[in-house]
Amino acid sequence: MTEIDSLFRRVGSFHARYARVIDDEGAQGWPELFAPECLYVVTTAANHRAGMEAGLIYADSRGMLEDRITALNEANIYEQHVYRHLIGQPSISVEADGAITSEASFLVARIMRTGETEVFATGRYLDRFVECGTDLLLRERIVVCDSNRIDTLLALPL
Amino acid sequence: MAVVEKELGMASLNGPAQWAPDQLTRIPYWLFQREDVYAREQQRIFKGDSWSYLCLEAEVPEIGDFVATRVGDQPVLVTRGHDDQIYAFENRCAHRGALLALVDRGNAKDFTCVYHAWTYSLEGDLTGVAFEGGVSGVGGMPESFCKTAHSPRKLRVTNLHGLIFGSFSNDVPAIEEYLGEEVLTRIERVLGGRKPVVIGRFTQMLPNNWKLYFENVKDSYHASILHLFFTTFELNRLSQKGGIIVSPDGGNHVSYSAIDPDAERDQHYADQNLRSESAYQLKDPSLLEGFDDFGDGVTLQILSVFPGFVLQQIQNSLAVRQILPTGTNRTELNWTYLGFDTDTPEQRRVRLKQANLIGPAGFVSMEDGCVGGFVQRGIAGAQEAASVMEMGGHDALSSASRVTEASIRGFWKAYRREMAL
Repeated sequence: MTEIDSLFRRVGSFHARYARVIDDEGAQGWPELFAPECLYVVTTAANHRAGMEAGLIYADSRGMLEDRITALNEANIYEQHVYRHLIGQPSISVEADGAITSEASFLVARIMRTGETEVFATGRYLDRFVECGTDLLLRERIVVCDSNRIDTLLALPL
Repeated sequence: MAVVEKELGMASLNGPAQWAPDQLTRIPYWLFQREDVYAREQQRIFKGDSWSYLCLEAEVPEIGDFVATRVGDQPVLVTRGHDDQIYAFENRCAHRGALLALVDRGNAKDFTCVYHAWTYSLEGDLTGVAFEGGVSGVGGMPESFCKTAHSPRKLRVTNLHGLIFGSFSNDVPAIEEYLGEEVLTRIERVLGGRKPVVIGRFTQMLPNNWKLYFENVKDSYHASILHLFFTTFELNRLSQKGGIIVSPDGGNHVSYSAIDPDAERDQHYADQNLRSESAYQLKDPSLLEGFDDFGDGVTLQILSVFPGFVLQQIQNSLAVRQILPTGTNRTELNWTYLGFDTDTPEQRRVRLKQANLIGPAGFVSMEDGCVGGFVQRGIAGAQEAASVMEMGGHDALSSASRVTEASIRGFWKAYRREMAL
């Protein structure tokens, strides 16, 4: 197996794990997919293109990601719903400094308590990984939503 | 003919519509449901004697810059003209009604309708009609056709500390008078002498009537009850010093509070056995580390202008919100997150982190995205029932207490006046 095939498998495997953790495990383990020092931003294509820095969610530490999950479970009020993530094949690069970066499409369906299933968001994950033993962790994930519209609210992370 | 007159007439609504005169403490639910009410709002409020927020001056800095927005249902273009002044006019070709601008923002020399190439200046004047003189002297517009008589309708425009408001009314008072002295002062507090910088834009689609969101904005009673995040971290406790300001005409309001670090933690919340009291701790408290933007210790100021504008300061998180009705049970809420051109990198980072508090995913605002929908669905089939709003009494006056619904009653006072209901 070539090195790029191996990388492809590792990043693909990471995405599969991410989807499982965030959709099927109540996102409890979601922060652990990130490095302690990390950046996670949810933004839109229009903001990203315009170089605007603010996000719908902006976290620059794993602690902030943990706080978001705690807030969703303990503080915030929203109608019960779940997501189903479909993550496309990643396009992977290795930067000059050795960092693994990848871009992958995503589609998130939202399934409401009342049964409605709708496409909630589509977009791209712009990722930068760090290696932790044999695992990959996200140093940075910029979630670029294609649409500038969010229906009702964005509670669970993308 | 009588039926048509009745449908188009603005004098009365169709069907039973009970609402006791001058009643501000009972709001009947049919107001949030009926198409004829919606149509009347479009005519009497959004095209009536009101000022609608259009955009920021900072979004049209150069000659030819434009922003496409709406006033109620009406598409509107805001431009910076050749004379460096800001203009606003209907985003609709005078010929056959097509949109003139098909993007939300940009820079143009002029606006040419894609359908038949009628052209408009940056100032909104019709300047060209394709084949106006026909081809080889045949066809074309009649000689009696006068381009100056066929421009899109222009709005009155006013620039208040970089906020651009527009109105279709010639009668609406100047913005300063419309806001009232105290509300005006509170806009100056945030924007006076400063240059805002847009750091992000997001649109949230709310599953409810626009008035339910505007009620929510003016509802200082709910903030510390529905939003646990606020309360636990002492961003906004009802017992903190603060208050509400309601403009004399009722339509505009400010709710504000300042943290009083010496105040003893009170028992009010625990006594009420509210969900808000908890031992909830942040892993990364840097989220709430900020600086005193305005040098007055006020950490929260929510300000609204009738019928659809909000200026928000929650600590260092600054934003304007534009509330656009989109049918009886849908509302577009446009968030524009702001910094200032004088921000240091550290200050900007604080704003980026505190932006987690606001917007569609905001720790202290996400509930507002769904609670209006809970009401809209809850009142289905209850047209003749009404909400009860007696917290703080029956009037619509400024108050040192935030445990009041006075500013919501103020909204309904202005609404009843403008709607003649």
